Amino acid sequence: MHHSHTISVLVENEFGVLARVAGLFSGRGFNIDSLTVAPTNEEGLSRMTIVTRGDENVLEQITKQLNKLVDVIKVIDFGDGSAIEREMALIKVTAEDESRAEVLRIVDIFRAKIIDVTPKSYTIEATGAPVKIDAILELLRPLGLKELVRTGAVAIGRGAKGWKG
Amino acid sequence: MKMNGARILLESLKREGVDLVFGYPGGTVINIYDELMNVREIRHILPRHEQGGTHAADGYARATGKVGVAIATSGPGATNTVTGIATAYMDSIPMVIISGQVPTPLIGNDAFQEVDMIGITRPITKHSFLVRNPKDIPAIVRKAFYIARSGRPGPVLIDFPKDVQIAQAEFKWPENVDIRGYKPNLGGHPRQVEKAISMMLAARRPVMYVGGGVILANAADELTALARRLQFPVTTTLMGLGSFPENDPLALKMLGMHGAYAANMAMTHSDLILAVGARFDDRVTGKIATFAPHAKIIHIDVDPTSIRKNVRVDLPIVGDTKDVLAKMLLELDKQAASLKELLKNLTAWHEDISGWKEKHPLSYKQSTSVIKPQYVIQKLRELSNDDAIMATDVGQHQMWAAQFFEFHQPRTLLTSGGLGTMGFGLPAAMGAQAAFPKRQVICVCGDGGVQMNIQELATMVQNRLPVKIVILNNNFLGMVRQWQELFFDKRYSQTCMELPIDFVKLAEAYGAKGLRTEKPAEVEQVIKEALAHNGPVVMEFKIAREEKVLPMVPAGASLNEMVLNA
Repeated sequence: MHHSHTISVLVENEFGVLARVAGLFSGRGFNIDSLTVAPTNEEGLSRMTIVTRGDENVLEQITKQLNKLVDVIKVIDFGDGSAIEREMALIKVTAEDESRAEVLRIVDIFRAKIIDVTPKSYTIEATGAPVKIDAILELLRPLGLKELVRTGAVAIGRGAKGWKG
Repeated sequence: MKMNGARILLESLKREGVDLVFGYPGGTVINIYDELMNVREIRHILPRHEQGGTHAADGYARATGKVGVAIATSGPGATNTVTGIATAYMDSIPMVIISGQVPTPLIGNDAFQEVDMIGITRPITKHSFLVRNPKDIPAIVRKAFYIARSGRPGPVLIDFPKDVQIAQAEFKWPENVDIRGYKPNLGGHPRQVEKAISMMLAARRPVMYVGGGVILANAADELTALARRLQFPVTTTLMGLGSFPENDPLALKMLGMHGAYAANMAMTHSDLILAVGARFDDRVTGKIATFAPHAKIIHIDVDPTSIRKNVRVDLPIVGDTKDVLAKMLLELDKQAASLKELLKNLTAWHEDISGWKEKHPLSYKQSTSVIKPQYVIQKLRELSNDDAIMATDVGQHQMWAAQFFEFHQPRTLLTSGGLGTMGFGLPAAMGAQAAFPKRQVICVCGDGGVQMNIQELATMVQNRLPVKIVILNNNFLGMVRQWQELFFDKRYSQTCMELPIDFVKLAEAYGAKGLRTEKPAEVEQVIKEALAHNGPVVMEFKIAREEKVLPMVPAGASLNEMVLNA
């Protein structure tokens, strides 16, 4: 059974860390659906969010192998949904004549924003859980999707506790 | 006191207790070599090729348990160490490799002799460091050695740009090493140990399956004590040879593709496998689906990624094997009655095993007309000291050495088990001999592999390293030839060496002693003469050309599907 898993990896903000993590996935044949990385509130510490797939054994190996990297400080496997996940997408969509109004309605329903306008197009900023992004894309696609950029998911645990507990 | 980066490096190595390094100078390490003339405490051996130097540092590490150190210049010097680094990585050998790098401002510019060494070695190092500032060197060296030798050991690379070697800084040795992302879990969990003991006491057909992790953790004494207390039969992997004395009645000898019949049968029929510092490699398990179908598996390993990587495990114990085995011994002290009961229950199993041992011992057909390689190995054991160190290359001779030498002590077999590197034996033997000038160091190799690092004969002669090199010469790349014979209809594609080499003359050209025989009756005399000589000796034995390594589990077959005679 292949599950999609979201894994947070706290890493030293050091030279080559991204290459080590990415190399681990490619070298051992693990999948990466998306990967984001940016600094955290703590100096010298970056956080990666990796969305990956695999059966139970593969996911166990992924977390163990990540933990084994010297620059990895903590690995949090959120499993299938114990975390709040958000993603942002920038979507350039054709918007002419009657479709202009349709795009605006969709944007409104999804509480997205128009961030650039031309007589022939809208550029939309949409934020939400990855499934919500999938949903807005599905509605916009028939209207003429010109370009799409997704950030990949970021995730944070629910509740009052931070990652240190 | 301020000093240049090169000197800070050497002072740091001194603090780590380094007294011997293997290295090759060049443009981007010339400053280190200049400073080396001022540092008498560090002995330096110049190999004839960086690969040889790296394997020598590896051999030194395997024989001593200390961290081996190799130095190479940037570019080709560094890339020549890659096979050596990968070899050490696959066998978890503690090493620190220092590669020169072009000056920091030139990095990325395709400068002369520039290569992205950190990038190249990322998948084959435990960790790596790029030195950017001379004041960071002591902390980097301290961390590199700590990472290399702790937990599951492995090679660590320090890439050291030339301008940082020249720049000045204060030398300040850090008192402690603390890496927040690296805390190896060494202490085995007591509850898991208790559970393991109760499983072990309930076993009827137990086997201890022991790998190189026991040798790396210096846990051979604990292992031997535990096996004898429990009367558990012991089989070792290639890397585990020496962790349990093979002349002990409990020894099953090596298991796996070329393992002993009794060892593979015991694994297949066991109801409990106690895996200690071993990783269920494909050469050991054969076909995974039919591997040890009746056994519960307890797996002790310091590296959590080794556990459940290839086989299901019923009870994992993450921890240093020495610590876990010691805890097991203590726990057993509390279980005298159950232990007595266990020993009674094992009688039938011991009888099964004796039966397998008698039915198909490791054996070969002796000949009076042509030298059998197995005979040479047996004679080596008979004529060498108990603590003699043997290094091997990779191939048929390696398997014959593993099967017939009978290892008694840990760290007496230096062999490339994981990567399977031809050309490893000769320089590894050199490294071990440099560490132990007084001990017998024997290198067993074939006529193929020995030519891959033959140039190190010069290093041995120059540095008075009296390694005894045994070439089992069949004028074939024998292991591949064996596969071609068995699985490719005897189509010997590119495995006949065709040009016979005069290894005696070659030895003499380097200033070493050369001996040769093709007569079985002369084998003993040649070995005696070589062992008595106080310099390096090359012994060339012309052996039965098409002798095969048997038994053999064909790739992909089950462990109990051994080819015994072919």
